[in-house]
Amino acid sequence: MPVEAYQPFLLELLLPQLSEGGQAWIRKQLTAEPSDQVFYLAFTGAPRFVGKLPLRVTTKQVAEANRLRTGFNPQNWTADQLARTALLLQALPASPHDLTARLDRLFSTADLGELVALYAALPLLPHPQIHVKRAAEGVRTTMTAVFDAIALRNPYPHDYLSEEAWNQLVLKAVFNARPLHQIYGLEERRNAPLARILFDYAHERWAAGRTLTPEVWRLVGPYLTDDHRADMQRLLRSDNLLEAQAAALALTESNTSWATELLNQHPVARQINEPEVVSWQSIGESAYAS
Amino acid sequence: MLFIDPHVHMTSRTTDDYEAMRNAGVVAVIEPAFWMGQPRTQVGTFQDYYSHLIGFERFRASQFGIKHYCTIGLNSKEANNEALAEEVMELLPLFVYKEGVVGVGEIGYDDQTAAEDKYYRLQLELAKEANLPVQIHTPHRDKKKGTLRSMEVALEHGLEPSMVIVDHNNEETVQDVLDRGFWAAFTIYPHTKMGNERMTEIVKQYGPERIIINSAADWGISDPLAVPKTAQLMLERGISAEAVQLVAYQNALVAFGQSGQMPESDWLTASAIDQSQKFSGNSILRGGQTPKVETDSSIIR
Repeated sequence: MPVEAYQPFLLELLLPQLSEGGQAWIRKQLTAEPSDQVFYLAFTGAPRFVGKLPLRVTTKQVAEANRLRTGFNPQNWTADQLARTALLLQALPASPHDLTARLDRLFSTADLGELVALYAALPLLPHPQIHVKRAAEGVRTTMTAVFDAIALRNPYPHDYLSEEAWNQLVLKAVFNARPLHQIYGLEERRNAPLARILFDYAHERWAAGRTLTPEVWRLVGPYLTDDHRADMQRLLRSDNLLEAQAAALALTESNTSWATELLNQHPVARQINEPEVVSWQSIGESAYAS
Repeated sequence: MLFIDPHVHMTSRTTDDYEAMRNAGVVAVIEPAFWMGQPRTQVGTFQDYYSHLIGFERFRASQFGIKHYCTIGLNSKEANNEALAEEVMELLPLFVYKEGVVGVGEIGYDDQTAAEDKYYRLQLELAKEANLPVQIHTPHRDKKKGTLRSMEVALEHGLEPSMVIVDHNNEETVQDVLDRGFWAAFTIYPHTKMGNERMTEIVKQYGPERIIINSAADWGISDPLAVPKTAQLMLERGISAEAVQLVAYQNALVAFGQSGQMPESDWLTASAIDQSQKFSGNSILRGGQTPKVETDSSIIR
């Protein structure tokens, strides 16, 4: 999908949610004679003119976003973020070199709101491969809002990050208690090294008398080996119902000889036969409630 | 009484200063971008300095219950390195609209060279384009002429005097500044600028309208409590509380509030101090220190 195709959708979403002044401002910026100064003033100043309120996004609009760019989901976006994205797309330098220079300048001077807008806009930019290092850098942030912008509801990491960088993203989400079910393409990019690291991490947490999110077990099912039997047994017996449910769900994906045997021994297994009651989604949504 | 110090270089100050300022009633500060005591040689150090003003310093202030705003600009001293000044000018449009930026400053003349003039004018244009207040640094040497020239050039570029705060005034410049409709700011700074007894006399003579006091405390011998101390002296010497409130709080709020970025509600409804918060993963606390967490945002009046 060419980048120009996004603009009508973005504006249709944005304009009705702005004041008259805000609408006039964004229209003026989008038709202004392009210059660096005009662009940078508009990009940085957007919150002053369009506000920072969360957008209202209908189910239909979420579907339309996904049709335009698979995985693109502006559900948690704010008005200034969407305005910045529209401004960025409007004035895109044509060559990969110039685009990188523009992005480097924006990223290196960005405040928090700008970082959020820039990282969340990565999947909409042309020449996607040239942004891989930038995305990996975003994963290294210590600012939660910035991490969320790259890691959650953003298809870019799923589509373009290397396995190592992807695994860092997932692990960092686990460390920082970010909701894994909001990571786009979480299951599609499961892999054996990640499952191994997660088991090691779980052992570390348990040794310290700590817990970890039950969502991690979503990533281990196909990679279970005989070494994991005791761990799964422990999880099935957990006092934390979500943990037991997660273990049971993971076991349904395992082809080890003992998976069915364990499931048959534990009453929690019956719950997972009702996907409308227990699913990875329901576990994820309940896991961070307290 | 609440105070605003609309010119103070907090990056040069310690946490003791922040604590003392808050205890004295300072609720908001404005930190103009200036020079660091020696000239910078790279545009990157300007970029990081600006980022620091809008980022970590803002956060650090919040940890002491003080709202931190800044003005962004290329100071006159460093405008004389033209090659560098060109690069800095390209940076400014990226910073003047950042969170907490309430104006373009501090800009103006120092030696009153051609290069200073050039970058002063370019920045006035930027302020006009961005509809932001301007904070003008007036020179130490040949002050009267430099002050007049600063105002003339601002008018020449079509700026409204009400959008321009002329700083570092004294007895010799105040009349001209007020006559032209500009804000007249005074820096209470030992030995080189105003003393607070003289300041008291100026307010007695000219009244409180469009007069603003600040500390300009920096890395030199200066006093971050200059605003509350001067306010106290004014009260003791018979200036009304209403007038003191104007010069030590309200006028700065009105002048820089024209940016739209500094509503009083920022500090009147501010959340209580919580030093356990972090900025980009960094805390102001070091190993073993206990965070000060206030359960109620009590302001000392």
